[in-house]
Amino acid sequence: MDREKFSLFLQNTANSPFWVLVQKEIRDHITSIRFNILMVIILLTCIGSLYSALTSIRDVASNIDSSKELFLYLKIFTISGENGALPPFITFISLLGPLLGIAMGFDAINSEKNNKTLLRIMSQPIPRDYLILAKFTGSLFVIAFLVLMLGALIFSLGILIIGIPPTFEEFIRVFVYLMMIVLYIAFWLALSILFSILFKQAATSALSGIAIWLFFSVFYSIIVNLIVTAAMPEDLFQANQTQAMNQEKMTMYMRLSPNYLISEITTVLLNPGFRTLGPVTMEQATGAIPSPLGISESLTIIWPQVFGILALCTVCFLIAYAIFMRQEIRS
Amino acid sequence: MSNVIQLSNVVKKYKEVTAVNHLSLKIKKGEIYGLLGPNGAGKSTTIFMLLGLTEPTNGEMFVEGVSPTVKPIEVKKRVGFLPDHVGVYEDLSGKENLTLTARLNGFSKLESDYKADELLEQVGLSHAKEKKAGKYSRGMKQRLGLADTLIKDPSVVIMDEPTLGIDPKGIQEFLEMIQRLRDERNITVLLSSHHLHQVQQICDRVGIFVHGELLAEGDIDSLQQQLLDKNSYQYEIETKESADRVAKLLTSQDNKIQTTIYDGKVHVTTKKRDEGELSKTIIDNGFHLLSFRKMSYGLDDIYQQYFQGGDTLGSGKI
Repeated sequence: MDREKFSLFLQNTANSPFWVLVQKEIRDHITSIRFNILMVIILLTCIGSLYSALTSIRDVASNIDSSKELFLYLKIFTISGENGALPPFITFISLLGPLLGIAMGFDAINSEKNNKTLLRIMSQPIPRDYLILAKFTGSLFVIAFLVLMLGALIFSLGILIIGIPPTFEEFIRVFVYLMMIVLYIAFWLALSILFSILFKQAATSALSGIAIWLFFSVFYSIIVNLIVTAAMPEDLFQANQTQAMNQEKMTMYMRLSPNYLISEITTVLLNPGFRTLGPVTMEQATGAIPSPLGISESLTIIWPQVFGILALCTVCFLIAYAIFMRQEIRS
Repeated sequence: MSNVIQLSNVVKKYKEVTAVNHLSLKIKKGEIYGLLGPNGAGKSTTIFMLLGLTEPTNGEMFVEGVSPTVKPIEVKKRVGFLPDHVGVYEDLSGKENLTLTARLNGFSKLESDYKADELLEQVGLSHAKEKKAGKYSRGMKQRLGLADTLIKDPSVVIMDEPTLGIDPKGIQEFLEMIQRLRDERNITVLLSSHHLHQVQQICDRVGIFVHGELLAEGDIDSLQQQLLDKNSYQYEIETKESADRVAKLLTSQDNKIQTTIYDGKVHVTTKKRDEGELSKTIIDNGFHLLSFRKMSYGLDDIYQQYFQGGDTLGSGKI
């Protein structure tokens, strides 16, 4: 009986206009050349970094103290190949992830507008927000699927090649990390959807997204460095305290950037040895047991960062939503 | 309910421009109503307001008794809308475009499939239903658009310049299709156009709409009455004898008659309809009547006259 109800519920959901739009969105993405090119690039880089990580994993494993936990799978994600020829998976994904988000959203609304399909959809008996919600949900589904598939690919190749199954904690850590990556990409997706509403031309919207991405991934740290060092007196005359304060100031500014937030999240999740993200004084460090943190402790450390990205994503999407709901349909 | 579409005193202002100015309109069930006006007259704005896509600044409107401002979704369930340029998803086939609309209207996959096939057949696109809609010609897209508006089984169809950019043969077919629709399904049709001849051909009633105001309304005959000098009739008379003499004769018979001579023919304007007296007078007086014709102004002349008037009216306003 319950099962019948459930299948009826599923059927109704699949037939509801919102999910029809989501299905269309997903279909559009996975059949689009743009998404497939990006997917191939991401897959290739992923396999490349995986290959280099797996070839050097033996050395890493032999270097680790036998008393410590291995966390081999976390190493696969984070170590770079011999002589650093290929950067690790996390570097690739945090670089290409935003690009994926931007690529999937930059023409979400303006292409519908330019094609006049917006008018056609809007003259159907559906609430106006269905369209933008479906755009976001559909793209998010595709992104989540792709990222989780990459995780699965790494795990399965790892098992095949090194022959050791991942521990439960490793699995959870990687899973949480991948979800964080999805969230991070969702932020870029929301941003690019916002641009697709603001700008009539798809090219303008794409470029604006890429400009912001470049700004945060390349220039932002330079600018923060410049500002903080300019505001700080010569090292010689500094007390330790002010030095620490400056360091704190720097991280504070850096944390305004989503890229920095995700890098902190990555560090803590994939290196259980990381105990804190800020500077540590000697007093704080004394007496600490040098063992890896449990998953819940790691999560406690990155909680603010997670909410930071979530907030950024929500704010972007809400602005986009509000503008879209108020916009005149006719261009 | 006889009035399917009803607008009373609707005003729409965009910042400084008044797009629609105190428009009142009633359209009956099963009627084909033509909104005739030049570009920028506010036709599209009116249509958008009827669909609940834009809100009027002032005034009330009802579509089948439902206000599109308050319940746009209810209205959109009943109203099919065909824009001037039909937007199609170019990567989807014609049929997929249709099934998408059907499913957004709450039909199941199976129903949508069936309806799409049926309608594609009706609009004559079944040969191209698996073709990508991006490869359709302009006329085909418009026909696909018509199928798209009909797939939700609307009781009202609103068309915004539906024949724009289709070749003459296509237009003819399209207009016939609209007419057939009305006859078969008793659908109420509101269509806007600036092509007088098309409107004249299929519309039961026409509203002439210039700069947000409805100048005149009615069927073609009553429009002529409204727009031309009221209660005056014109006849053209050709005789074997010179036109001067005929003119003199007629004015001497009835001083209310005005005559002008044009191209060797007498044009007579009277206040009352001629019931044979004119020709009788002419023949009785020994003239040889060659032709006698009631002159009616086509909508063409009216249209010209009004749109010229409309322009000066408008340029004074803006």
